[in-house]
Amino acid sequence: MSLSRKAAVAGAYEHPTRFAPDKSMFQIMAESIRGALADAGLTIKDVDGLCTTGIGMSGMGIVGFCDYMNLTPNFVDSTSIGGSSFVAHTAHAAAAIAAGLCSVCVVVYGSTAASSRFAIGTGGAGGGGDPCDQYEIPFGPTTVGSYAMVAQRHMHEYGTTSEQLAEIAVTMRLHASMNPVAKYREPITVGDVLASRIISSPLHLLDCCIISDGGGALVITSAERARDLRKKPVYVLGTGETVRHVADGHRDFLEIAPAQSGRLAFERAGVTHKDIDLAMIYDSFTITVLATLENLGFCKRGEGGAFVQGGRLRFDGELPCNTDGGGLSSNHPGMRGIFLVIEAARQLRGECGPRQVRDCNVALVHGTGGTLGTRHSGATLILSNQ
Amino acid sequence: MAEQQKKYSKPLPHIDEENRPWWEALQRHELYIQKCRECGATRYYPRALCTQCLSERTEWVRCAGRGKVYTFTVTYQNQAPGFRESLPYVMAYVELDEGIKMLTNLVDCRPEDVKIGMPVEVVYEDVTPEVTLAKFRPAR
Repeated sequence: MSLSRKAAVAGAYEHPTRFAPDKSMFQIMAESIRGALADAGLTIKDVDGLCTTGIGMSGMGIVGFCDYMNLTPNFVDSTSIGGSSFVAHTAHAAAAIAAGLCSVCVVVYGSTAASSRFAIGTGGAGGGGDPCDQYEIPFGPTTVGSYAMVAQRHMHEYGTTSEQLAEIAVTMRLHASMNPVAKYREPITVGDVLASRIISSPLHLLDCCIISDGGGALVITSAERARDLRKKPVYVLGTGETVRHVADGHRDFLEIAPAQSGRLAFERAGVTHKDIDLAMIYDSFTITVLATLENLGFCKRGEGGAFVQGGRLRFDGELPCNTDGGGLSSNHPGMRGIFLVIEAARQLRGECGPRQVRDCNVALVHGTGGTLGTRHSGATLILSNQ
Repeated sequence: MAEQQKKYSKPLPHIDEENRPWWEALQRHELYIQKCRECGATRYYPRALCTQCLSERTEWVRCAGRGKVYTFTVTYQNQAPGFRESLPYVMAYVELDEGIKMLTNLVDCRPEDVKIGMPVEVVYEDVTPEVTLAKFRPAR
């Protein structure tokens, strides 16, 4: 059974806040759901499916959030695979709808990562309770450090440079300058990135995503129902998800999750790389974008450095990428998978004003969760307005 | 003994029945990987079952303690207790001669001298009475 065009994003809402010390995580989520339902032209009474997870939530947080919202859904999914979770949730919601498990599914995320002063990137290893963690936590792993080791290896194998990585940050900032709610909007140069301090070599401060508060929500329903709603439907064409890890100590660290999840999504969607008008790529760090584009097959392995140069990823370039400014400049409240889908939906509906990608009909979304140099997840979605 | 534990503030591994032989070997300053007696697959970190064939017939293979730096990062920012006092430090994956990549720290060298491919050798650090860590230094 193909999932292609069975379900659609009917509503999308990005909470405009970047700093909300006056709000709780659940309040941001509730406000985001209200925004996404209004966008779709639906009410909370229509919702019979819910997907969520979060960094500030307990393991059973989705049940607590149903309590907070007084929801009793027919379908719940709290898949928790890091920042990519909400990309996977969108796929799971589409599958649940196609299978008849629910009819209107909300995917939601909210966080007060900035105002609660979460030490996300350099706070050391978190829980550390799994067997694999015992062989890492004694050595001082950080989120940045894990990605940095992939960058270092990429530079060694292919001669990739800090200047090439910096160009990704510069492009995201250009896009943020056209996004009125982005946290950092002042343009930067490659020189600015290289002059920023090293957090974990070879990654500089400006190679790293920001920390903000924020939230967002999506409303997923059947393609048929979406056609009768307020906004133009954004159809789910193909999905894929997987994980990569240390693989018994035998891993090739430059082969990452999108090599598999991307291939699945392209096959299931029945489209090719040439069809993609917009790429929303999780940009936790500049290296994440470069390695993801390679593993998705937009360029050959090792060619990512040259590929991201020359403005190719600009909103008016050959492969527009992260037109909202991404996690590097717009927002990164601990996890940002949901914003990848939200911006893709806005672009496919033609709502993006000065940063609108021309003739944007097919978008690829790829979320990365966890840490690239130890364990991570990848979830890919291909979406279209046709 | 209590004094030494008090001084060591970095996170310690949780040792259980599944991994105890490996950690006890480190206390003797011996480094092992596992090899499946059924299918021959090697694995690190230690686990009860082979991931390739699910056999529990496991051979412990002693490593020479030599390898090369596969990748590394010099950490300049880590807010976690124990590490924030020891910045900058080098975290690396070392590829052992036995073909296994393991996460570790590189010690006894200046961060700016570390290169991928650099030959390294194990150095055992007895951090508490129960825990010894396998770290690496430039091969001598």
